[in-house]
Amino acid sequence: MTRSGRYVGVLLVALYCLAPLAWQLLTSLRPAGELTTLPPLLPTRFTLEHYVSALTGHPFARMLLNSFIAAGAATAVALAFGSAAAFALTKMRARRVGLLLAIVLATSMFPPIATVSPLYLVINALGLRDSLAALILTYASFALPLAIWVLANFLRQLPDELYAAARVDGCTPLQAFWRVVLPLAMPGLTATGLLVFIVAWNEFLYALTFTATERSRTVPVAIALFPGLHEIPWGEIAAASLVVTLPVLVLVLRFQRRIVAGLTAGAVKG
Amino acid sequence: MAAIAFENVSKRFGAVTVLDGLSLEIAEGEFFTFVGPSGCGKSTVLALIAGLERPSGGTIRFDGQLVNDLAPHERDVAMVFQSYALYPHMSVAENIGFPLKLRGASARDTARAVAEVAARLGIDALLERRPRELSGGQRQRVALGRALVRRPRVFLLDEPLSNLDARLRLEMRAELRRLHAEYRITTVYVTHDQEEAMALSDRVAVLQAGRIEQCGEPLELYREPANLFVAGFVGSPPINALEATLFPDLELPCGARAADVLVGLRPADVAVSRDPAPHALTGEVLLCEPTGEGLWVVGLTRGQRVTGRAKFTEPLPPGSAVHFEYAPARLYFFDRTTGRRLR
Repeated sequence: MTRSGRYVGVLLVALYCLAPLAWQLLTSLRPAGELTTLPPLLPTRFTLEHYVSALTGHPFARMLLNSFIAAGAATAVALAFGSAAAFALTKMRARRVGLLLAIVLATSMFPPIATVSPLYLVINALGLRDSLAALILTYASFALPLAIWVLANFLRQLPDELYAAARVDGCTPLQAFWRVVLPLAMPGLTATGLLVFIVAWNEFLYALTFTATERSRTVPVAIALFPGLHEIPWGEIAAASLVVTLPVLVLVLRFQRRIVAGLTAGAVKG
Repeated sequence: MAAIAFENVSKRFGAVTVLDGLSLEIAEGEFFTFVGPSGCGKSTVLALIAGLERPSGGTIRFDGQLVNDLAPHERDVAMVFQSYALYPHMSVAENIGFPLKLRGASARDTARAVAEVAARLGIDALLERRPRELSGGQRQRVALGRALVRRPRVFLLDEPLSNLDARLRLEMRAELRRLHAEYRITTVYVTHDQEEAMALSDRVAVLQAGRIEQCGEPLELYREPANLFVAGFVGSPPINALEATLFPDLELPCGARAADVLVGLRPADVAVSRDPAPHALTGEVLLCEPTGEGLWVVGLTRGQRVTGRAKFTEPLPPGSAVHFEYAPARLYFFDRTTGRRLR
């Protein structure tokens, strides 16, 4: 492929991915009277009124905090259990690793809609309805298969001799995990954590089902509940959606180098 | 420091038997080497001593104490790996100090011990570097330092020199001998390089397919090989194995028939010349390898390859007619089917 052909390709993909976002951005800055004009070209003037009303008209800070807690805690739980499981599966000579991983993967094959009502009953029985704990528990359990798979693949690339060296140097298996394997798995942990966080951050179905009030409501649900009785506030929805995208954007930009960093360079003669 | 005793040790992975009935004693302070072709089980022996693997049968003892079920961190064994296995996220000082830190040594004691070992190994200027910033030889020294810093009971080395270039390998060989003389730690060394094994060790065990073919001092293996495998493995270039029928009026031991016997003849014991001699095989030259002081001459005698030594400083042209002279007293006889030495 020629260089110019490649640029055209990149441009097309970028256009395809970014056009909806641009539309959203223009909508969020458009005066209320022009919201339904088509095609959505540049507005006659820019306004921040939708941002102001989205952020002040609703308990937005509370919902952002809810989202952060739910996604952050779910990520932490998934990483803690996922890394321990991946370590045991790849470095501690477990038997039937392939079968175990297949079972783990199989559990993530259920479509969410099939599990939502039984899970609702469980959450209710545990007395966790309308609590962040319900969301954390659900998100973490659904993120765990992904975390185990990604981390198992990552840890498999760490030379076994490093683990053996740690053991001979005097580590118990847990110390070897904590002092040698985990620090070297940081790029994998970062990548996995980011994926889990984004999925949990954007999750809608469980959040809609398990939450009832702003005590535990997360942002995606809150935005979906913006529409009033007589009108749909497109401007506010667009403004809120963009605000919610920002944390994810910041995270990805901040950590993208960690994700690709090859930290194992120098461990083994290469 | 510890003496290590194997008694009838075997190791199986599933249906594959890697070690089969290994019985052996390694004396306290000895430099002992396992040598053999790849896949002979020599690295498994180290893993068993280190506690990284458990024997499927038999017992392993350190100074009489049974260690079969002890985890690696309960054995006080140190190991240098073929890939060095330095921790990439730690500096050189942290790498060397790691075993001490795990044992709860104070920061000051650790720093002192690290500095002392680093000075002995000539890497004291590198302590703040990361492993990826080091050359192969430097990484090797860091790995040695990490193993020596806590003065282990047993010191294990798994092909530690195989990733170094030829000159550095000779240098590190001398270094290993010096360190062993200084620390007197029981050392178990594994290599596929028989020359390395001969140069370093007090005693050598030749391993093949999970069994010890022969165990003894280096010169003993060279001079009195127990079978054709050991004879062929020890010595470079490898021993000539020739049909007994090539040799006129041989006196074979044990009344064996010439058809059942292979004759071993060290290339160093074969003098190649253009002049006939009383005990010589006639043949022609295939190729020559100059070594500086002479030549290794590979030739053909009645269809069989034979290697010998020549004093010529100029190579012999291929096809030249030559005589491969041997001393009848230096011939080894082996049973063709079992490979066992006949004497």
